[in-house]
Amino acid sequence: MDNFLQQFCQQLINGISLGSIYALIALGYTMIYGIIKLINFAHGDIYMIGAYFGFFATTQLGVGFIPAIIIAMAGAAIVGIIIERIAYRPMRNAPRIAILITAIGVSFFLEYGMILLVSPQPRTFPAVFSPTVYHMGPLVANSQQLVILISALILMVTLSYIVNSTKAGKAMRAVSFDADAARLMGINIDKVISMTFALGSALAAAGGVLVGVYYNSIDPLMGMMPGLKAFVAAVLGGIGIIPGAMMGGIILGVVEAMVSGFLSSTFRDAAAFGILILILLYKPAGLLGKNVREKV
Amino acid sequence: MNQIRKFDLALIAACAAIFAGLQGAIFTGIIGPFWELNIILICINIILAVSLNLINGYTGQFSIGHAGFMAVGAYTSAVITVKLGLPYELGLVVATISAGVLGFLIGLPTLRLNGDYLAIATLGLGEIIRICILNIDYVGGASGLMGIPRLTTFAYVFWIMIAVIFFIKNFKNSAPGRCCLAIRENEIAADTMGINTTKYKVLAFTLGASFAGTAGALFSHYFFLAHPASFTFMRSFDILTMVVLGGLGSMTGSITGAILLTFISAFLSDFPEWRMIIYSVTMIILMLYRPQGLFGNKELSLKMFGLGGKHNG
Repeated sequence: MDNFLQQFCQQLINGISLGSIYALIALGYTMIYGIIKLINFAHGDIYMIGAYFGFFATTQLGVGFIPAIIIAMAGAAIVGIIIERIAYRPMRNAPRIAILITAIGVSFFLEYGMILLVSPQPRTFPAVFSPTVYHMGPLVANSQQLVILISALILMVTLSYIVNSTKAGKAMRAVSFDADAARLMGINIDKVISMTFALGSALAAAGGVLVGVYYNSIDPLMGMMPGLKAFVAAVLGGIGIIPGAMMGGIILGVVEAMVSGFLSSTFRDAAAFGILILILLYKPAGLLGKNVREKV
Repeated sequence: MNQIRKFDLALIAACAAIFAGLQGAIFTGIIGPFWELNIILICINIILAVSLNLINGYTGQFSIGHAGFMAVGAYTSAVITVKLGLPYELGLVVATISAGVLGFLIGLPTLRLNGDYLAIATLGLGEIIRICILNIDYVGGASGLMGIPRLTTFAYVFWIMIAVIFFIKNFKNSAPGRCCLAIRENEIAADTMGINTTKYKVLAFTLGASFAGTAGALFSHYFFLAHPASFTFMRSFDILTMVVLGGLGSMTGSITGAILLTFISAFLSDFPEWRMIIYSVTMIILMLYRPQGLFGNKELSLKMFGLGGKHNG
């Protein structure tokens, strides 16, 4: 029993640090969905691009961890704005399915474009700080996990501040509530949408760098699975709801850690999708969402 | 009615002529093994594209987990021929039925979702099927099921393809098919008119899934192995590209899309990384400038070229 409890707590620590990365990616998903009702399939690949920006910043420019994460966030924000400008903006009034297909197309384009650019081989992310292992009784946590947790926390607090207390955040909330009414009130919708993409992409890029630090390895297809799982996290918390994405990310991370700890690590991807199907069937609005009746 | 039948007969005669021509060319060695493989791949892709078109194009339910059903078909038929030593024909039938049953079981709960959510749910289910197969040691797990005899011949693939095409073509013109089209046009309106929308959505999904199973069985018995890596989301995306390129809701469009893209990937087989870039750029440009695909939801017909013909098939 003691052994079980210890194992449980250990997986909880692993799960929360993994989950906070999912939460960072899920935040971008949820903001973009909230504002233009688009499942941005390419979001997972922005996270990959962020990881590469971080990688090149540390290896080529030789900067430390914090400048690297800032460079990655800025770079990914620009990539996000460009993608929105080229691929999504002309489709603003197209049918939903057409936009979804475009997003899948953009996602594959980024993945295979990166394979051409930087070769498909995984790269070793340099150790930006010496890993220290902390023992808390029988439990083990390392400095990477701590850094992930703290960075994720800082970013989420910053995001909450931007969305809830600044003028730009107010405009974002207005557009996601009712785009047409917001336009009538003199809000520049295109600018707000660009900003949302920039913010979401920056968060995903931070997640990418943190994963690089955590697992020490990045490759052009690394965004595929985490991207889908972050989407699951966003749906789990209630898509379009910012605290929901954070909660969904953490829950998903913990569930995955438990499944790989107690069952088998090969089933952890299936667990994420299982959660998705269950939540879609029983509470499609998500844990924090309200049910909206469909009107004809 | 009579006119349609006459037209069908003429079509079948044309197909027989094409078959005779291709088969003859394969026998005499005019078509080498590389192109023979690609012709068989084209036929398999046509089955997949046409069956996905039944779900996505005719019924308007956006499914992107087709590779999962293909995997089920590939593995079930392989178990039947390799593990149980039963005949290939039985394998094809059981593969079709088992993929159909799974499609029914999956479709029943998930088709209550719509739009984006259905897309993600089918994507997730496709991955779950693949991960489950990956974890079953009986069928080889991650290394795949090897030693499958090459029992798929050109004749098998070609005539099964023709049968599937005719089945779906006639299904579209039948009463249930019309119900599916009505659901695509407006689900709420169809519901109000007394159409049992769930029933027809599940019907279309089940049929589409079972044909994907057939295609999977043909696939694994041509390439000697069934491997989980052949049935990833990438394959679903391939099939989706074919359908969307040809035009959602157009059968001739799906067929053209399948032929076109299989040829493109055959030509690009030396540069696999370029293949996906070309696919994705095609997809983006298509959605930006011609979201209805090459043919829209119209069928390619003689009428299109102003050659008369009063058929409405």
